[in-house]
Amino acid sequence: MLKDITLGQYFPGDTVAHRLDPRTKILLVTLYIVALFSANGFVTYAVMCACLIVSVRLARVPPRAMVRGLRPVLFIIVFTAVLNLFFTPGDREFFRFGFLTVTDTGIRTAVFMVLRIMLLIMGTFLMTYTTSPISLTDALENLLGGLKRFRVPVHELSMMMSIALRFIPTLIEETDKIMSAQKARGADLEGGNLIQRAKAMIPILVPLFVSAFRRADELATAMECRCYHGGEGRTRLHILRYARRDYRALAMGGGICLFVFVLGRFGW
Amino acid sequence: MAVMIQADGVRFAYAPETPALDGVDVSIERGTFVVALGHNGSGKSTFAKMCNAVLLPDEGAVYVEGTDTRNEAELLSVRQRVGMVFQNPDNQIVANVVEEDVAFAPENLGVPPEEIRVRVDEALQAVGMSEFVTHAPHLLSGGQKQRIAIAGVLAMRPDCIVLDEATAMLDPAGRREVLATVRRLNREQGITVLLITHHMNEAEDADRVIVMDDGRIVMDGTPKEVFSRVEQLRDTGLTVPETVELLDRLCQRGFSLPLDALSVEECADAIVNALFRKG
Repeated sequence: MLKDITLGQYFPGDTVAHRLDPRTKILLVTLYIVALFSANGFVTYAVMCACLIVSVRLARVPPRAMVRGLRPVLFIIVFTAVLNLFFTPGDREFFRFGFLTVTDTGIRTAVFMVLRIMLLIMGTFLMTYTTSPISLTDALENLLGGLKRFRVPVHELSMMMSIALRFIPTLIEETDKIMSAQKARGADLEGGNLIQRAKAMIPILVPLFVSAFRRADELATAMECRCYHGGEGRTRLHILRYARRDYRALAMGGGICLFVFVLGRFGW
Repeated sequence: MAVMIQADGVRFAYAPETPALDGVDVSIERGTFVVALGHNGSGKSTFAKMCNAVLLPDEGAVYVEGTDTRNEAELLSVRQRVGMVFQNPDNQIVANVVEEDVAFAPENLGVPPEEIRVRVDEALQAVGMSEFVTHAPHLLSGGQKQRIAIAGVLAMRPDCIVLDEATAMLDPAGRREVLATVRRLNREQGITVLLITHHMNEAEDADRVIVMDDGRIVMDGTPKEVFSRVEQLRDTGLTVPETVELLDRLCQRGFSLPLDALSVEECADAIVNALFRKG
């Protein structure tokens, strides 16, 4: 049952969106977010929507998967919509009920805020849908490489991230086993109120943690045996290389971002 | 023959007063297939960890092709020459793509990318896992994972591979896969193999068997020499292979049979011969 959880939610494929260098994709998403926050009117939001739709098309990610990504943040979206709709003062009042008012500015900001959150979530999801977690960590290590000068342990952080990703399926499998073992001894994991259920998790978490520490110890020894000694002097099997399509994508992304930024200043 | 690993009077204790190794002297020749046997707590795993400086002796010394393992400057070179495969395959695989995992050791050694590619492909071919290059390791069987771990070690181009109970967690099919792989590596590439195990039958066609008990080497010889000393093996808490067990019991009933027939065929031949001599 735990195995159904999808993590990293990567959709393997061979589209332009998949072939772009992961660093390009991270930079593009950054530009996209900057543009999204400077969008300020109908024209700019239309441009942003168009960007997302074109990208989803290019990546051949099923639209249903994009919408599914919104489900966990549904509450936040509704909450934002309600707050903005009823509590924004404006020039023209359409409706008043006690302290709740609906104004023209209220409707406008509510629509834009909801749109902004949705575009933000879907845009970043699109990146994780088209990039494997491993190449994402590689890209992060590479992009943040400059921080090494300020003694930020970039290599160690990315190593930790990729090992964590590697062990997620192993630990999920183990949790499943422990849960079965505890159920076989009569543990009641589903019944009772919230506190009782939380208490029932203890006999699952304790063995899981103990075994995770043992695994970590063994893994560290195995890594040392394979000559791991930090990032110093390390080479890579796959080297990230910018191709022409990466430069083109970045130029386009930069252009659109600047365009949206300027239009946003004028309130379009 | 050149010496691969040499241990001189090695003593080691995890906790004071309870020595795990209590004076081990042994030298393992290059290109040999050596099996170390012993029950739990006999010190065989501790000895394995001495071979590539995961543990350092409290007293005495371990030399890898003449290099003292205590020499810190040579640490990487020692670990590159003596590769180690552990018991739990899940806890020694680092990456979530097979090829990335096999590439881990050469990456650490700073091998140029083009050569890493060559080494990864060679290593995967040597363990017969070429078709799994881009697979996720957690979806493979235990035997396959352990072969990936062996490939990960092979990519360092080691002279010696130490398998520390690497077959203990596998099912019989997985165990056969792993054993066949290391035997082939030993024969075809001349890699020295030190296989630590408590399965007697894995020792049958080794060049040499070492039996450990209480942190000491108590027996050392060819499989035939070691397994025919049935009483002594029992004393160390080990069971003898079924074939030898059968011959031993027949001897106790008044037959005169050689105790060094290890394989089923040899054993059958020996019994047939004895019967005809009698008749």
